[in-house]
Amino acid sequence: MKKIIVPLGPDHPLFEEPEFFILHCDGENVVDVEWQAGYNHRGIEKISETKHWDQVTFLVERICGICSNSHPVAYANAVENLLGIDIPERAKYIRTIISEMERLHSHLLWAGLAGHFLGYNTVFMWVWKYREPLLDMMEMLTGNRNNYSMIKIGGVRRDINDEQIKALRKTLDTLKTQNEMLTKVVLDDPVLQARLVNVGVLTKKDIKDYGAVGPVARASGVDIDVRRDNPYAAYSFIDWKVITRENGDVFDKAVVRLLECFESIKIIQQCLDRIENKKGEILNEVKEIPPGEGIGRHEALRGEVFHYVRSDGTSSPIRHKIRAPSYVNVPTFKKSCIGQTISDVAIILAGVDPCYCCTERVSVYDANTRKKKNVTWTEIVRKSQEKTKKLKKS
Amino acid sequence: MNILNVVLLSIVWSIFLIAAGLLILGVERKITARLQWRVGPPWWQNFTDIIKLSAKETSIPERANRFIFIFAPIVSFLGALAAGVIIIFSLLYGISFRGDLITVIFLLTLPYSGLILGGSSSGNALASVGSSRALKLTLACELPFIASLVLIILKSNLSTSIYNIVNMQKNTGINFFSVSGFIAFFVAFWGSIGKLGIVPFDLAEADTEIAGGALFEYSGILLGFFKLTKAVLFIVVPLLLIASFFGSFNVLAWILEYLVIFLLLIIVKNTNPRLRIDQSLRFFWKVIIILIIASFVFMKI
Repeated sequence: MKKIIVPLGPDHPLFEEPEFFILHCDGENVVDVEWQAGYNHRGIEKISETKHWDQVTFLVERICGICSNSHPVAYANAVENLLGIDIPERAKYIRTIISEMERLHSHLLWAGLAGHFLGYNTVFMWVWKYREPLLDMMEMLTGNRNNYSMIKIGGVRRDINDEQIKALRKTLDTLKTQNEMLTKVVLDDPVLQARLVNVGVLTKKDIKDYGAVGPVARASGVDIDVRRDNPYAAYSFIDWKVITRENGDVFDKAVVRLLECFESIKIIQQCLDRIENKKGEILNEVKEIPPGEGIGRHEALRGEVFHYVRSDGTSSPIRHKIRAPSYVNVPTFKKSCIGQTISDVAIILAGVDPCYCCTERVSVYDANTRKKKNVTWTEIVRKSQEKTKKLKKS
Repeated sequence: MNILNVVLLSIVWSIFLIAAGLLILGVERKITARLQWRVGPPWWQNFTDIIKLSAKETSIPERANRFIFIFAPIVSFLGALAAGVIIIFSLLYGISFRGDLITVIFLLTLPYSGLILGGSSSGNALASVGSSRALKLTLACELPFIASLVLIILKSNLSTSIYNIVNMQKNTGINFFSVSGFIAFFVAFWGSIGKLGIVPFDLAEADTEIAGGALFEYSGILLGFFKLTKAVLFIVVPLLLIASFFGSFNVLAWILEYLVIFLLLIIVKNTNPRLRIDQSLRFFWKVIIILIIASFVFMKI
């Protein structure tokens, strides 16, 4: 039988960002899936080498609109690791609060989008309605609904006062009841179960093979979480647990995310208890960055985000490497999509909550051969060396 | 009634069907929006959509079969319209002929046939997936829909004229209030959800999966014809259900019954995700078929 090629992308209602998936189909069944990246690469790592250390915190915020707190936290962790300093306790709590609020809003956003991809627009709109007060709270705490600019090397930029804490508690209480209702509705709906259970299963072995992280790994029973395994900020002072599920299908991914929302609410409430009616430093001022290298990790909404920085004592990093979680989560499509139908592939692709702007790599389109390829690191180094030689000659 | 009057009246009722369909779709969008905490578009939004579409350029893909590509939307539109006019004539004026129910059943398959032909003639992978889904879905939902109407024919002494079927319910009692009629109504209701192509059976167009599916390559007035077909079907299919299950000659009763069916459609649409094609087939061929058999068993009650 002749195979047909069904393109998902580069512009497709399924994705918020330009991305190209080529499905090789036999009727409705997907036999093979290819992924082409390179539609919104911006060269953030390179830009960060031209910016001041402090500016980079706000640059990495722009990597992704949804993880706009995760990247700065990981970057600040990396620089603080390089410096070997600790940050004030109050700053740690505030960092934790902002990180968890971001997790809450992102998981709710995903739940809404998943509903939309299934054609269940009522869930989509209701969840986003519940998410709205959270963004208002973010605006109150940080000044922005997105791109919070809350993190600074050595601490945070703004303090949280007692009135804000009161308002935040109220919002969290309403959100908790709403989330309970949502969890019940979503998990008990037989039609949703028919669409999600045993769809796109990733076993424990698949997760280990592809090195997937975050809720995707936890849904398959792989118990990893940077917040617990390598504690930073205030996570080690607080009582919370890592949510895992065993099946590894899209339904379990949804369950893990929805239950993590409750954990996040618990974490924020405990943090608020610790900083209420107290005063303290929020910034450990950093004057100068010595030569050296540092790594920073953070459990972002989609898994572990990793930042590496190297300094030669000047005012900007000479190398800044970022690895976002989607980069390891997206290749699992090769395993989970094959053998499924096109309808299922749509929700499987959405199931890992892919974020393509974090994952983009340079790709070059050759006009002569009409072929597209991704450029490796060594090739970029070689090309830049050639260019330098050329410039020196002239 | 002379032939000229009939022609004039059909034109008037066609315009009515289009206007009422677009209006009711606007109401549907508004109610859906309010259910989802949105403001929603104004009620005339669908009229402006159609006017805008008719002003736009229609581009025909190079690889498409031009003849089928152009005529598929027109055929499906005219099919829906003709079915509507036949039902209205027999309900309002008593102009009916033997077998017009069968004609209506046939005409109501044209919209999906048009979608299938149009999608597969446009030479696009996504459109062909959409039309293959539409084909499977017609096979699935046409069976219960037709079977429940066959039950109605059997119940009204093998009469195949809509006027007679409605008239007969005056003497023998309304079909909906008999056991078999009650079951058959729900069978026909699910069938008509499939025929209207709304969630959970909107797989042929599934915009987040195959980006509009069979309608992928359509633009301009040809797309407008498909939209109009959908609007007209939104009036015609419930009207057929009303005629065969709630037989009466009272306009007020029709409007009330229509609104009840309309509300049921909206509730189903807004409380369900889209089903997969194999799940839809299983639903119609395994679950609904039991109801059909039950309604035939209880035919005398």
